[in-house]
Amino acid sequence: MSSLPAYRYEDLAGLIRMMTGDEKHDASAHSTLDVLWVLYDSVLKVDRGSINDPTRDRLMISKGHGPMALYAVLVAKQMMTVDELRTYGQFDSSLGWHPDRLRIEAVEISSGSLGHGLAIAIGSAYGLKLRSSSPPQVFCLLGDGELDEGSVHEAIALAARLGLGNLTAVVIDNRSSTHGWPAGIAGRFEVEGWVARTVAGRDHRALEAALRYQGSAQKAEPRVVVCEIDS
Amino acid sequence: MQTMREAFFDGVVEWMAADEKAMVVLADISAAGLREASRNFPGRVLNVGIREQAAIGVAAGLSLEGFHPLVHTYVPFLIERPFEMIKDDLFHQGLVATLVSIGASYDEPGYGRTHQCPEDVALLDTLGPSTILVPGHADEVVPLLQRAVSSDTVGYLRLSIAMNRRPIRNTTATMTRVVIGKNGVVIAVGPMLDAVLDATQGMDLTVLYATTVRPFDAATLREVAGPTPKVVIVEPYLAGTSSPVVERALSDLPHRILALGVSHPDLHRYGSYADHDLAQGLDPAGIASAICAFL
Repeated sequence: MSSLPAYRYEDLAGLIRMMTGDEKHDASAHSTLDVLWVLYDSVLKVDRGSINDPTRDRLMISKGHGPMALYAVLVAKQMMTVDELRTYGQFDSSLGWHPDRLRIEAVEISSGSLGHGLAIAIGSAYGLKLRSSSPPQVFCLLGDGELDEGSVHEAIALAARLGLGNLTAVVIDNRSSTHGWPAGIAGRFEVEGWVARTVAGRDHRALEAALRYQGSAQKAEPRVVVCEIDS
Repeated sequence: MQTMREAFFDGVVEWMAADEKAMVVLADISAAGLREASRNFPGRVLNVGIREQAAIGVAAGLSLEGFHPLVHTYVPFLIERPFEMIKDDLFHQGLVATLVSIGASYDEPGYGRTHQCPEDVALLDTLGPSTILVPGHADEVVPLLQRAVSSDTVGYLRLSIAMNRRPIRNTTATMTRVVIGKNGVVIAVGPMLDAVLDATQGMDLTVLYATTVRPFDAATLREVAGPTPKVVIVEPYLAGTSSPVVERALSDLPHRILALGVSHPDLHRYGSYADHDLAQGLDPAGIASAICAFL
């Protein structure tokens, strides 16, 4: 792994172009690109040497659609080989149209069907908190359309009741929910006891500041960062 | 006499005391019954409220972190409502967890169809290898619970109010040879044993008793089945659930199978457990009649 090249943000578009096939979610892939880059570049305490370290931060990709951005960022951060990108979607490839934790070491959960990841992230955050007074952080990436799923709202209500200050939901808001959220996505979380921030989803400085924000002094509230994406 | 549910509560306390990775996830049901476990092991009994989809997801997250989660609630809300979570969050992720249900096929018929789930074992069969355990007596619950939580697959323990008159002391995964006969083999699953024994008196049939239905004990069946087996399997859930595994066990032999179980899951009727056994043909007379016709 030590010989793997590292890539810059500017290289990600080229890495994505290496993946071919019938991927149907191009727009979705690009909507997550900046958030994923900022997370892996400057927020998550995980790198190629700590993929299996119990003290690493976890990123649970609940919104598994459009994983090309994830794969490109993992290659850029040397957690996958660039050659794997060329196999995208092929029968024997590790890289499906949704990420698979049993095929990609750096992927925390297999996903695709919407509405699963936040509850899994709660279980992970709860378990980590049970074991340590300074547990690793657990991040969960969701989409605004995914919030249509009722299961997400079971999880939103539960997380704050459990006092999971080591949990951060990151919601990509590209207004893909058919019926929308009249009270605002942040408001949906806040009413359940989350600490919410809404930022421009392409602004790396704003993303980093919001994603690094550590909540209240007690750190008992889960946090949500709503990342608004225009395109 | 202790119920299976009460025995389960005792078994959970025992398990949690012995294994610091043991975690229980509840969705309100049985929260009172597991109060001792909750008190003895702070933080390790997690009641998520009436959120069964979250219960399975949370269990998956705990399993990812090295805990052994046990999720327990009423059977339709454990297996049917969060079925896709069981599929995607547990089986597809390659995670281990134990599911424990109460309610069975029609334990409390007054509640109607929404609280009945004879389909549970058949549904789990669609997801991949698992360990499915069906006790027939309260005294069999704790050993089976211990086996469920020791399994390297998703485990399912199916509790019921229906019990046989006496427990069978067999802590292994093999079927118990209760009666040996010459005219065929009847497999009684869990609480069906008494009805099967009553039904088969004087028929000179071998009666096997199964509490471990997955993995299915093909070896014992083959040992007693003879060269041209006639096999009846009587299950307390959807009729035919285990026909494929019996079929596979005997695939190289000329054989006949009769699968008895719940055949009419949506009767729109209330009454008692015995009323429903009668309606499904799972009373001794109904079983005897079906076996006589088959033989």
